[in-house]
Amino acid sequence: MTREYIDGATAIARGALDAGCNFYAGYPITPATPILLHMARELPKVGGIAVEAEDEIAGIGMCIGSVMGGARAMTATSGPGISLYSENIGLAIMGETPLVIIDVQRMGPATGGATTSAQGDIQFIRWGTSGGYPIIALAPSSVAECYSLTRKAFDLAERFRCPVFLVVDKEMISSLATVELMTYEEVPVRERNIAPPARGTRDPRWRPEETYLPYSFEPVDAVQPLAQFGGPHIVRFTTSSHDEHGFLTKDATKVGRLNRHLDSKISQHNDEIEMGRLDRQDGADTLFIAYGTTARAMEEALSTARAEGHRVSALVVQSLWPVPERLLNEALRGVRRVIVAEQNLGQYRREIELVALRNAVRNETPPPSIEGLNRIGGEQIMPEEFLAQWEGGVA
Amino acid sequence: MTTPLKPIESYRNERKYPFCPGCGHGIILDKLNEALKRLQFDPHKTVIVSDIGCVGLSDQYFATNAFHGLHGRSVTYATGIKLANPELNVIVLMGDGGVGIGGHHVLNAARRNIGITVLVFNNMNFGMTGGEHSVTTPNGAHTATTPQGNPEQPLDIAATVTNNGASYVWRGSAFDKTLPDHLVEAIQTDGFALLDIWELCTAYFVPNNDFNKRLLEGMLSQVKSGSGVLHRAERPEYAQALYQFAAKQAGKPVLPHKPLPQKFAAAVDRKMHVVVAGAAGGKVRSAARLIGVAGVLSGLWATQRDDYPTTVKSGHSVSEVILSPGEIRFTGIERPDVLILLAPEAVRKVAHYLPQMTADAWFFVTPEFAHLETSAKKVILDAKAAGVRWPKLSAGFMAIAAMLLHTGLLPMEAFVEAVKTTQRPAIAEKNLATLTDVEKLVALLPKDNA
Repeated sequence: MTREYIDGATAIARGALDAGCNFYAGYPITPATPILLHMARELPKVGGIAVEAEDEIAGIGMCIGSVMGGARAMTATSGPGISLYSENIGLAIMGETPLVIIDVQRMGPATGGATTSAQGDIQFIRWGTSGGYPIIALAPSSVAECYSLTRKAFDLAERFRCPVFLVVDKEMISSLATVELMTYEEVPVRERNIAPPARGTRDPRWRPEETYLPYSFEPVDAVQPLAQFGGPHIVRFTTSSHDEHGFLTKDATKVGRLNRHLDSKISQHNDEIEMGRLDRQDGADTLFIAYGTTARAMEEALSTARAEGHRVSALVVQSLWPVPERLLNEALRGVRRVIVAEQNLGQYRREIELVALRNAVRNETPPPSIEGLNRIGGEQIMPEEFLAQWEGGVA
Repeated sequence: MTTPLKPIESYRNERKYPFCPGCGHGIILDKLNEALKRLQFDPHKTVIVSDIGCVGLSDQYFATNAFHGLHGRSVTYATGIKLANPELNVIVLMGDGGVGIGGHHVLNAARRNIGITVLVFNNMNFGMTGGEHSVTTPNGAHTATTPQGNPEQPLDIAATVTNNGASYVWRGSAFDKTLPDHLVEAIQTDGFALLDIWELCTAYFVPNNDFNKRLLEGMLSQVKSGSGVLHRAERPEYAQALYQFAAKQAGKPVLPHKPLPQKFAAAVDRKMHVVVAGAAGGKVRSAARLIGVAGVLSGLWATQRDDYPTTVKSGHSVSEVILSPGEIRFTGIERPDVLILLAPEAVRKVAHYLPQMTADAWFFVTPEFAHLETSAKKVILDAKAAGVRWPKLSAGFMAIAAMLLHTGLLPMEAFVEAVKTTQRPAIAEKNLATLTDVEKLVALLPKDNA
C-alpha cells in the first residue's frame, strides 16, 4: 500500500506525458501555470517541445500547427485565456484537430479572482466559439482522476479529431492529496489514425485529391484518418468552409454536410464518451449531483447522511459535454428531488432540468423538483450545506 | 525502391488566380513558383501557410501542402508546424492587414529566429474588406477610413524584424525581377526570413491615390531603412536549439512518482484539521507540506489546501492540512483542531475560527496574538523568553515542529524524515538545525495543557 502526496497539476502533467503528449505551448496564468512549468521541465526529456508563447492566441495556434506537423499537443489556461483561445477553438473544430485543452477555472468575470476557486466556465467552454459546434469536456473530481481523465482526453481527441477540454479549478490543481499508487487508472490511449499511403497511383507526389479526400465523410458521422504534413499525402488544412478536397466553397449542400458532420461525429457517439459515477441507493428519493471539486464535498455529505441512516443517491458527472443523457436518465429514475451543487449560478443545472423535463414528457410522469446549491463568492461548498439544504426540504 | 523523378515543372495546380486585373498578388505568386522550381523541394515536405484577406486565397493555387487559418495568426501555426517537424519547408503568405493584427507574432517569431519564411504582400490597405487603411498605409494616403489623408505613420515591418532577431530581411517591389533570387535565398535561410514585398491594389489603393508602379518604386527608393537585402545574420535557429536542448535532457527520469511508504505509526484515530496561518514569503506552504508528508509516512491520509493572494511575498498565506486514518474526499475545513497563527496578515483570514474552536482544540500563537480569545488551549510560542532566534523564514517550520513536539500529533521521527525526503539538502539541513531551539521553546511550555 504505497501512497504519494501529490497535487492535480502533477497528475495532469503525468497523464499527458503517459498519453504520448510531445508538444505544449501556453502562456503563464494563475492558476494554470503549474502545468506549464511541469511541461517545460519534463517534455524535453522525452524529446518533446514546450514553448512559453507570447500570448494565449499564439499558444493554442502553435499547438494546432504542431498537430498538423505530427505532434500530440496540449495547452492549459484559465478563463481569461479561454476567451483568447475562442477563435482558435473554432479553428480546431473546423480543421478537426485532436487537441487537449486544460481549463483551470478561476473566479470571473474578467480578471476576477486569480487565486479564487470557481466553476464558472461550464457553459463558456461549450459555447465559446462562433457557430455553436460541439466539443468534448471531462471533469475530474480527484487527483487520481486528474491523471486518468487526462489520458482519456487524449484518447477522445484522437477518436473524434476535436478539441477535448479537461475542466478543473484552482483547488484541484494546487491542493495536495494522498493517492494510493495502485489506484491510478491506466486508461488506454489510442494511437493516431493516420491516413495510409495511396496505392496504384502513377506518381504519389501529385494529384493527391484523387487518392485521399481529407474532408469526405461517408457516413456523415465518420471520422477520417488524419493526414499530417510531411506524410504520404499532400494535405490541405483550412478554417474556411470547404469541399471534400479542402478547397473553399459556398455550395450549400457541401457546406451543410460538412457542418452536419462536425456535429454528428460527436453527438451520435455519446455512448463512447459518457462517464460518471452513480451511487444509487435503493429507496432513496433524493439525488445529489455535482462535478469537479464540488463532488468531493458531495461525497463527504453522502457518507455522513448514510452513516446517520438516511437514504440518498449521488451522481458525479465526469463527462460534462456532450451532456451524458443516458447516465442522467438512469440517475433520475424514481427520484423526486434533485440537488445540483456548483460554484456558479446553476450553469449545469439547466442541462439536468432539460433532461428531466424530456424524461417526464416521454414517460408521462411528474418531473422531480430540481434545486441548486450554489456559491459564487469563491468559497467552497461545504458538505454540511448539502445536508442542511436536504434537511430543510424534508417534510 | 525509389524511382528517380523528373524535375517538377511547376508547383502551381491548374486552378486560375481569382485576383483583380493588375493586382500584385498573382505576380508575387508566380515568382514564388519560380523560386520553388529552382529549389525543387518535395511538395510533401513543403507547407504554404496563408493568412486572411485576398492573400489568404493564395494557398489554393499550389500543389504543396496548405494551412489556411485565422487572421494574423498564420505565423503561430507556421511556428507549431516547424517545431513539430523541422524538416518541413514552411512558407507564410500574409498581407499588411495580417501584419497589423498579428504583428506581435511576427515580432516574436523573428526574436525566436524560427526557421520559417514570411512573404508580406504589402499593398498598403485592406483589399478584401473595402480599402480601409492598414498599419503600412503611407502617411497622408487616402483610404476608405482615412478620407482626409492617413494621419498615422506606417509600420516599417522590415526594419522591425531586422532589429529584433531575424536572419534574413529583404524589401522591394513585386515587379522586381530579382525577387525569385531573394525568395530562394530567404527560403534557404535556416532562421527567420521576411520579405516586405510592395505591390499594387488596383481595386482600392491605386484609384484612391492615383497610385501606380512608378510612384511605388519612387516611394521604395526613399524609404529610410532602405530596400534590397536589408539584413543577413547567422544565429541558432529556434527549432534546432530546442531539439538540441531536448537531446541533452534525454533519458532523465520523467516526473517520477515519489512514494512515501509507511515507516512510522501515529496515534491519530479521527480526522484532524490543522491550519497554519502566516505571511506570504514565510515558507508557510512548504512547511505545512511537511505535516502531510509526515502523516503519510505514518500510515495516514493527508490533504493540503492553500489560500493566498495574487502577490508573491506579501499578504497572507494560509495552509489547511487534514490528517485522517481513512481516505479524505473533501479538502476544506469547517473548524480546526489545531490553529497556528504567526503573522498579522493572516489574522483576518482565520479569526472566524476562534469562537468555534472547543476546549479540546489547540491554538498556537506568537506573543503578539496572546490576547486573542478562544476556548481552545492557547499555547504561546515565546522565542524571546526561551532565548532562541525566530527568523521570519523559519517561523512556520519552527512553529509546526513545536506543535508536533508539544501535542504528539505525529512522531517527530516522521517529521524529520519528511524534511529529509522532500527538501533540498541545504534547506533540510538549515531547517533541522532549528530543532534544538524548538526543543528549548517547548521546554518552557506549561505541561498541564499538553
